[in-house]
Amino acid sequence: MENDTTRPGEDGASAGPCRADVVLEAKGVTKTYELDGVEVRALCGVDLQVCGGEMLAIMGPSGSGKSTLMHIVGLLDRPTEGTVTIDGVDVSRMEPNELAAVRNKRIGFVFQSFNLLARTTATANVELPLVYAGVPAAERARRAREALERVGLGERLLHMPNQLSGGQQQRVAIARALVTEPSIVLADEPTGNLDSRSGIEVMAFLQQLNREEGVTIVIVTHDANVARHAQRVVEIKDGRIVNDFRVEDRIDAEAELAALEGASAASGPQGGEGR
Amino acid sequence: MNFVESLRIALKALGANKVRSALTMLGVIIGVAAVILLVAIGTGVQQEITGSIEGLGSNLLFAFPGNFRGGPGGGGSGGGPGVAIRKQFTLDDAQLVQRRLGSEAIVVPVVQAAGVLKAGNRTVRSTIAAANEQGDEVFNATYVYGRHYNRSEYATGARVLMLGATPARELFPGQNPVGRDVTVNGERFVVIGVLSERGGSLSGDQDNQVYMPATTAQRLLGTRAISSIIAKANDADRIDLVKARIEQTLRPRFEDEFTVFTQEQTLGILSSLLGTLTVMLAGIAGISLLVGGIGIMNIMLVSVSERTREIGIRKAVGARTHDIMSQFVIEAVALSVVGGMVGVGLGWAGSAVLARWVPTQVTWWAVALAFFFSAAVGVFFGVYPAWKASRLDPIVALRYE
Ligand SMILES: Nc1ncnc2c1ncn2[C@@H]1O[C@H](COP(=O)(O)OP(=O)(O)OP(=O)(O)O)[C@@H](O)[C@H]1O
Ligand SMILES: [Mg+2]
Repeated sequence: MENDTTRPGEDGASAGPCRADVVLEAKGVTKTYELDGVEVRALCGVDLQVCGGEMLAIMGPSGSGKSTLMHIVGLLDRPTEGTVTIDGVDVSRMEPNELAAVRNKRIGFVFQSFNLLARTTATANVELPLVYAGVPAAERARRAREALERVGLGERLLHMPNQLSGGQQQRVAIARALVTEPSIVLADEPTGNLDSRSGIEVMAFLQQLNREEGVTIVIVTHDANVARHAQRVVEIKDGRIVNDFRVEDRIDAEAELAALEGASAASGPQGGEGR
Repeated sequence: MNFVESLRIALKALGANKVRSALTMLGVIIGVAAVILLVAIGTGVQQEITGSIEGLGSNLLFAFPGNFRGGPGGGGSGGGPGVAIRKQFTLDDAQLVQRRLGSEAIVVPVVQAAGVLKAGNRTVRSTIAAANEQGDEVFNATYVYGRHYNRSEYATGARVLMLGATPARELFPGQNPVGRDVTVNGERFVVIGVLSERGGSLSGDQDNQVYMPATTAQRLLGTRAISSIIAKANDADRIDLVKARIEQTLRPRFEDEFTVFTQEQTLGILSSLLGTLTVMLAGIAGISLLVGGIGIMNIMLVSVSERTREIGIRKAVGARTHDIMSQFVIEAVALSVVGGMVGVGLGWAGSAVLARWVPTQVTWWAVALAFFFSAAVGVFFGVYPAWKASRLDPIVALRYE
């Protein structure tokens, strides 16, 4: 186990202990909200290990607790019970400022509801994590531009969130998550607001990031098809993990795109609509 | 993260919320400007009035008929509200006082009455202020043209007069009126002098006066009475002694039916009146400050939820508590300081403009008080919600509504 270096791209993970290091781990995590004296249990005793360099999908129906779990392992939220460790360090022992530093350096978030700063340009939004990382202004601007170009928004650098479509806002959020070159990306419904082609592009992008740069990726989705782009799927229902399996017939988004190109090329001289 | 970076973040955030920033600043501006302006008016009026009284000379005593220290009131005339005048002073009383005081003081009988002045086809309503040949010793008058009436003119009740700056300007615009004729209440007078302007907008009355011998005035008005007696002590330290002498002199004939005020007492009475005015203005100023403060508070509180979400976003991507705090402190301080400075500028400019109609005097304590109060309100309501939000878990801040 210890001597096995991370080999991204291989279907190395299986249910249970990882072959590589466990970067994020939840043990017996419960999350209870109290609303007017009534307890709402969003998570009831979740054990989850996220292995270094893997691409993991957390899948489940709406309201099952996926986002809640992602926020807890992303150090944005605290469990009611149970422990969360990052690189084996118990998070409850960390100061809020240490947690902020860990989020800043190691984790990139894509939120279900984007969470971009209003009335602030795409570039400034993407620069934000770099500001808190202490990166000089000129370098920040360059890296933000590169990240936005990578997600195909090179033409929209100075647009405000309300001047962008939902899908474009999503991509700004993705650029912001990537700009710090984090070792972990947590993405909540990253394709939720995109048409299927853009969705496949984003998945291709995440797979490439995972394969070529060894970034650990956790995608939250309700869509089994999206989950099949991952190496491993954790299924969650009513706050409990009900299934944890390796994806046998993993979808390669690049191949999917290529197939689409082929289909549209074959569909006629006009070029087709890229579906 | 260094200060420059925090400053940049704060300024960007202010720029991203222009309306909120402007409204907050407006609250500070209104509060500061209103306080400065109102206190400036209060102080200006007070200074002008006390100044014009002090300008008369520091060692003056005023004797009035009637008992001002209490006792039964009545419908007296000319003695002030609620004071009955049973017996008026005459020139003899003034002479008696002068004889008793000798070289200790200059004693001047004063006759005051309304008068209508005419020259050619021009008419002015003015106040007749009549005294004796030593009148300008107590009134500290200076002349543009001509001279004061002399002893023989006083003795004979000559029809001569000096014009204050206002009637001189109204009746003889751009001319030297000395030697010209003026009628006062229908009687013909010769102008022998013109007084220079005393200035001051509130005491405009001081310029709208005509001066003549008291004997002349008595004849003109058909009375043997005089309005008051003014004495100027040669030695300010002996003023209480002079006061006692005057009282001694007048008591046999008037018993308690007269009052002698020293300059100090007059100022004291005025100050208490003016104090009320200032308290009132300060009250209004306080209300403006409060209104400005509530404005600031409102804007800040209304934006709490949006700002809390903003704090959640910043924390999620790695802002530490002090990053958040320095951003919000800088934002609040910048708004308060800029708003405060604009408010000070506006208050100052407003005072300068108003000075054309009302005397104003900008005071430092008002500037400082208004500035610091508004700044404190701005900083508190800018920083306190941010401080609370910065302690939330990022997701709680992100979900805040
Ligand atoms: N702040 C909160 N207060 C009370 N209940 C909450 C809170 N946040 C989440 N919940 C509840 O916890 C449960 C899980 O919510 P969560 O957002 O994790 O669902 P999800 O799996 O992400 O769903 P979706 O696919 O619709 O985003 C829901 O029943 C929700 O009502
Ligand atoms: Mg969700």
